[in-house]
Formats: sequence, structure tokens, C-alpha cells
Amino acid sequence: MSNTEFDQALQTFFMESRELLEAMEESLLGLESSPDDNDAINAIFRAAHTIKGSGGLFGLDGIVSFTHVVENVLDRVRGGHVQVNGELIALLLSCRDHIGMLVEQIAADPAARPDKELESVGNMLLAQLKSYQAGVTHPVCSTAPAASCTEILPQTGNTVESDMWHISLRFGQDVLRNGMDPLAFIRYLDNMGKIVHILTLPDAMPFALEMDPESCYLGFEIDFQGDGVDKAAIEEVFEFVREDCSIRILPPHSRIEEYTQLINELPENNIALGELLVNCGSLTRKELEQALYLQEALRSGSGTEAASKLGDILVEQGVVQPELIAAALGKQKVAKENKSQESKLIRIQADKLDQLINLVGEMVIAGAATSLIAQRTQDAALHEATSTLSRLVEEIRDSALQLRMVQIGETFSRFNRVVRDVSREISKDIGLDILGAETELDKSVVEKIGDPLMHLVRNSMDHGIETAEIRLQRGKPAKGTLRLNAYHESGSIVVEVGDDGGGLNRARIFAKALEKGLVTANQVLSDQEVYGLIFEAGFSTAEAVTNLSGRGVGMDVVRRNIEALRGTVQIDSVEGKGTTVKIRLPLTLAIIDGFLMSVGSSSYVVPLDMVMECIELNETERQETRDSNYINLRGTILPFIRLRDQFRERGKPARHENVVVVQYAGLRAGLVVDELMGEFQTVIKPLGKLFANLKGIGGSTILGSGEVALILDVPTLIQRAITLESRALN
Amino acid sequence: MGAIVRAEQHPQVAERDEGQSQYLTFLLGGEMFAIPILNIKEIIEYGHMTTVPMMPAFVRGVINLRGSVVPVIDLAVRFGRAASDLTRRTCIVIIEIDSADGCQDIGVVVDTVNEVLEIPASEIEQAPSFGARIRADFISGMGKIEGKFVVIIAVDHVLAIDEMATLGQLGDTSPGMLAAT
Repeated sequence: MSNTEFDQALQTFFMESRELLEAMEESLLGLESSPDDNDAINAIFRAAHTIKGSGGLFGLDGIVSFTHVVENVLDRVRGGHVQVNGELIALLLSCRDHIGMLVEQIAADPAARPDKELESVGNMLLAQLKSYQAGVTHPVCSTAPAASCTEILPQTGNTVESDMWHISLRFGQDVLRNGMDPLAFIRYLDNMGKIVHILTLPDAMPFALEMDPESCYLGFEIDFQGDGVDKAAIEEVFEFVREDCSIRILPPHSRIEEYTQLINELPENNIALGELLVNCGSLTRKELEQALYLQEALRSGSGTEAASKLGDILVEQGVVQPELIAAALGKQKVAKENKSQESKLIRIQADKLDQLINLVGEMVIAGAATSLIAQRTQDAALHEATSTLSRLVEEIRDSALQLRMVQIGETFSRFNRVVRDVSREISKDIGLDILGAETELDKSVVEKIGDPLMHLVRNSMDHGIETAEIRLQRGKPAKGTLRLNAYHESGSIVVEVGDDGGGLNRARIFAKALEKGLVTANQVLSDQEVYGLIFEAGFSTAEAVTNLSGRGVGMDVVRRNIEALRGTVQIDSVEGKGTTVKIRLPLTLAIIDGFLMSVGSSSYVVPLDMVMECIELNETERQETRDSNYINLRGTILPFIRLRDQFRERGKPARHENVVVVQYAGLRAGLVVDELMGEFQTVIKPLGKLFANLKGIGGSTILGSGEVALILDVPTLIQRAITLESRALN
Repeated sequence: MGAIVRAEQHPQVAERDEGQSQYLTFLLGGEMFAIPILNIKEIIEYGHMTTVPMMPAFVRGVINLRGSVVPVIDLAVRFGRAASDLTRRTCIVIIEIDSADGCQDIGVVVDTVNEVLEIPASEIEQAPSFGARIRADFISGMGKIEGKFVVIIAVDHVLAIDEMATLGQLGDTSPGMLAAT
């Protein structure tokens, strides 16, 4: 492998590991509520096993050695030797985190040596794992299957003498590449019972020249003696390689016909194989002859029996229990479904997708330019053609943006762990309800919403939800509930963090705000406005500062992060009943519907969903508002900003002026502009770092004419106007 | 794969060795300046400019450069002189700036571009501590061309994005400064 390929493979490993670790966490959390969930245990084991295997491929010894121990413990859990309990789950969760840290560390710097801290954490975890590793065994499961095993035994006629299981293993060529070690399976098998005989079949091995050292060519014939081991248990050993291996398991005292079938099915030469079986003691010489004879007979006739389903035959003959077949069929089905789902998904590099979106953006702009020209020519046919084109472009735009949409569920489910850990830490009993996990939003939004959500969730748990005693006093169930919800609402996405805790205390917030000088004593504020005060910097009403929150940093950061995403945040609260924080976010960050207007020679865009209405300033109103910056809008006062003054636009005032009424976060204001130019599909182009400190302008876009128009950032624009005015007055 | 990378690297290295002594000269308010050509991406005609309000005067505005929005700096104002008048020969030199967050393109308004010249290192003198009527850190050296000295601009300092962005903030707090536009 060249370096680039290796790096790419390594990146894939990191990505896969992260996904596996996430799956592992989910399963571990699932185990908490249902400790007997075998699927979950298997999933956890598989995750650890795959990470170990892939890690080994890349020579990441730190990960391999640690994960190996975890895998061993999981293996014992799987084998029923270790009972699942809260303690073990907690330990395994910490182990999961540690593996995650190891992976991230290497992802950040592949050459890094494990640092001391990480190493000591690892050693501590390893020490804890030790108690689960070898110590006491709990032979819980070994008795039950034995009974079912005996059912197979009473068989008459042509059974073989051997009382051993016979296992034929032909590993697929890709076994090693998939990070599996064939020997590990055999070793594991040995743990369950005793491998009496093992024969290695090198038949598939090509000439040295053609041999690929990364492929596995070996097959094994194993005679295995295990007390109380049933077929399912043996099959499970090879669960992970079942896909690309051929495995045949014959129970003790199987009928000779089955050996015949086995011999037939195996790729090696029949006679040689028969000899092998004799050699390893599964068959006696006589049995072999019988088998070969039967084989002949089968070949010559009696196709009907062969045609009926193998499963049925097996059951009929009492070789396998019907349940086993059903289970196997079920498994097959699940595997098939998984496969079909896999093939429906394509993994693409995010930057390729971004490039596509960029191109679509360009196309929207170019399309707008074409329409503009078509309109000028007044050629009806051309007009028609461009309008069809622009409709298609719009559809392409929507589907391209759709590609970037991801479900919020993944982000939400991370909080299962957070809620679990935090509720233990602060010793409150809190459950998490997740709704609307399938709601989709832009990938870049999803990435940036995690931190604000984390703050809100922690805040709710720490301050919102009361202790169990207080809850009981107030007649609520002792267990608090935290709710994460997401849904679409008129072109934006609403993400809610709700709790059934004590709610916000309006009076206390007001008092605190007064103390901090954020409000004046006689100010009249709506509930929403008062609650909004908790997003001010340095604001915290919690009497006690805890590890989690209460220091008054955080909430203002939450608001800033959300506003950076062009979103808003709003709080609904009922005292004694609970609080819900609503985050409203735009569907996408790349293209918005905008409203185009002009001041002097420059064009400006405001997001269309902020625009409430547009009104023309008539001559008398223009006279009246010469010195003041508000108008009477159907009986209410509407303060406005004259963009011409604000932006120091030179040149003669326009003949007409219009007011665009915008609403944002419950605040209404007017923007006085010269001309209204209507709706405009706005491809947002960032303005770059040079304009990072510029307040009031959020970005830019390119018009059909090729000119650049600026996108107004209404909240900061209003903020700036307020600051300037108050400064001018002082 | 490795071979391709190497093949790409070679000419680049060669170019760098040569390019170190090549400069684009241009006029600004009648005075000649030079920029190392390695920083220059292209030179375009002065086209439609969108003024960005509430920015200091040296930020002329933004232009649409084949789909990306590029800020344009008036070098004369940045040097503390009067804004350059627009003529038929006014150009925008697009310069690539390496910053912490990757490359960014910035346009610079100049009166006329002259030519690409080779100035050997031996012909470059250190900047005088004063007398050039330009902030000393804006000058990377004085090149000698036909017996005359030409200011070689320290692009990284003249177009330092962080500094200019901070100036933008200052400009916003004292509205008087904006009146110059």
C-alpha cells in the first residue's frame, strides 16, 4: 500500500471505529434496561472485536492490547460466565470511552506516543477488568443446552461411532483482511470444550508465486468434544466469519449420510477427504466406505429427497431442532435485510458534497442571469425555455440540499449517555425522552448544535429538575423527565429541550437582572423577555455553583452559537411544571430565500422569513419622520432604521422610500430602503475574515447581473443602531 | 501515487527558486512599487465594485471574481494617502494571502501595472528606518531598478487580515473615521 492509500484506510478505520463505538455505547445503554439482550451483547462484542482486528491491521498496539482485554471480558459475558450488572456496564462504558480516546489520539497524531494520563486511565480500567476476566466462573448456561443436545442422540441405524462433533472449516480468503484471526476462533472453540483432533488442509494454497500473503488459504477439519455444547453455541463461535467462510458442523453420532453430504460439498477431492476424516478419527474406515457408497447411490437417483429443503430433511431426521432452524432462518433474513440496506447507502466524502452544493449555487446564479437576459429580449420562446430551466434548477437545488440533510437522531441519542452519567453524578433519577429523531437538518447545523444542546441538557438536569424529595412533595413522580424533540415548522427546524422540573422563577430572574443592571426597576417586560435574560453574559440565578453549571458562562455561549447558525432561542416556562427551551434553526446554511432591496446603488438581501410586510413611506410620513426614527403602523409604534443613514450612502435621496417590516425573536423593526426588488434565491457566500468584526452584514450573494449584494444581519444591525443611538444621546 | 506527487512538486520548486527575484512593478499615485510575483494570482480590470458599509476607507468593497466574493483594498488609502482616482488603466491585482485558516484572495487597487522585473537579491537594500512615507513594516526592502529605488511591499504586513479586521471594528466605534469615503 502506498502512503496515501494507507492514510485513507486509516481514516476509514477512525470513522468506522467512531461509528462502532457509538453503536457500542448505544447497546451498553440498552443493556442497562434489559441485561439479557443477547443481540446487544453480541453487538458490543462485535464492535470491540472489529476495532481490535482493524487496529491490529494498522499496528496500533495500544488499541489492540487494551481492546483485547475488553473483548475477553465481553467474550465471557457472551459465554454466560459473567453476569451483566450496572457495575459492569459502567466499567464497560468507561472502557468504551478509553478506546475512543485512544482512537482520537491516534487520529489527531498518528505518531504520538500514548501520554501518561491516558495510559494510567487504561491501566486502572485494565485492573478493574481483571476481576471479570478469569476469576469465578458462573456455569449458568451450560446445563440447559445439554438437555436439548441429548435429543439428537437417540438415533438408530447408520450413525457413526464417534461421539465428537465434527467441524469442517474453510475460511474465506478475505478473513485476514477483515481483521479476523482464524486461529483465534479455534482457540476460542478450545475454551468451550476440547479439540481432540485438528487437521489443517493446505489444498487451496496456490504456488508461492501466486500466493497473496494477506489471503487465507487454509481449511481445518476439527473433531471437538464438548460437554453440553449445542450446535448453536458452536455456530456462534464462528459468528463473525460466517459470512465469508464455509462451516459445516456435524453433531456427535451423526448419520453417515451426512458425512457423505459433507464430503460431497467440500471442495477437496472426495477420496482424500474421506481419508482425512478417517485419520482424524471422525469416521472409521468402514463408515467411510458406507458413506462413499451412499454417495454413489445419491448420484444415480432419488433426486426428490435432495430437492426438498435441507432444513426440512434435517428436522425430519432429528438432526437439528426446529427452533434452531427457525432461528437460523430469522438470522438469515436479518442479515439479508442489513445487506440490502447497506447497498442503499453510499458513503461520500463531505467535501465532494460541498463542491456539488457550490456548483448548484453557481448554477442558481447563472440561471438568474440567463432569466434576466431572456426578460430583456422579450422573446417569448426564450422566456418559456428559461422559466422551465429555472424550475428545474430550483428542483436540483432542493435535492442537492437534501443530500446534506441528516437525521438529528444520532445527535440526540448521544444524550442517552450524558443523561445517564450526569444523573448519577448529581444523584437524581432522570429519564430521557427522545421525539422526532427522524427530523432532518443540514449536516453543518447538526455538527454545531451539539454543544449548545449539551449546555441546555446539563442545565436542565442540574437546575431544572428538582431532587426526588422535592418532586414528591410537589406531587410529581420521583423520576424526572428530560425531553428532546425536533420538528419542522414553517421553513425552519425547531429543536426543543424540555424538562418537567421547577420552571423558571420570573421574580428571581428579574431581581438578578436588576442587580446586574440589565433592566431598570420600572421596565415592563413580557415573560419571554424576562426568561431571555438568562442568556445574558454572566447571568446565573443558581445559588450554588456546581461542577456542571451555574457559573453563568454557557447560556450566553448557547445563544451566541445558535445565532451564529442564524437561529433563535426562546424559553417557555411554567413555574412548578417545567421549562422548555426552543431553538429555531434555518433548514440550511447554503441557500436561503431572500428579499432583495436597494439603497442608493447598492443592493441588500434580508432572509425572506423575517420580512413581515412592506409599506411605502408617503410624502407626509417622510416629512414627519425627518427627525424621529419611528412611524405609526396601524396604531403601534414601529421604530425603524434608515439604511441610507446607517450605511452612510452618498448621493441624492431616492424619490420614494419604503419600509420593510422585519421581525426577529419577537422584536419588530422597520428598515427604510429606496426600492423593493422582491424575492430572490440567495446563495450565501461568506464574506471572509476581513469582515469578521463587521456588525450588521452577515454575508454576501451574487445577483443575476453578476453584482455582489450584501446580506443584512438584522439582529446585529438593530443592536448596532441601539448602541449608536444611546451613545449619541450620552 | 507517490510518483505523481513528486512530479508535481518538481516544477514548483524550480519556479520558487527562480521566482524569488521576480517582481511586478506598478504605479500608485505616481510612485513605483513592487510585489513579488509569487503572491499574485491574476490581474483584472477594475469592474463593478460593491461597497461594504461601515468598513474603514481602505476597504473599497467586494467584487465577484468568477463566483467568489473577494474583498478589494485601496492600497493608497492603506498607505495613508488620498484614495486613488479611477482611470482607464486602473487595475485590481488579486493577491493570495496565507493565513491561519488557509488561503484567502484579496484584491488591491493600483493605478497602472508596469511589468514583471527580475531584481537580484544583491540589488535589494534594507528598508530605511524612515523617509519612505510608508509604515516601515510595510516595506520588505528597496529594490534598485535602473539606478532608482523601488519600494518592495511586505504583502503579509500590508494585507494582514487580522489587523485590517480590527481596524474595521475601530472604525465602527468612531463613526467620524468613516466619513472619509
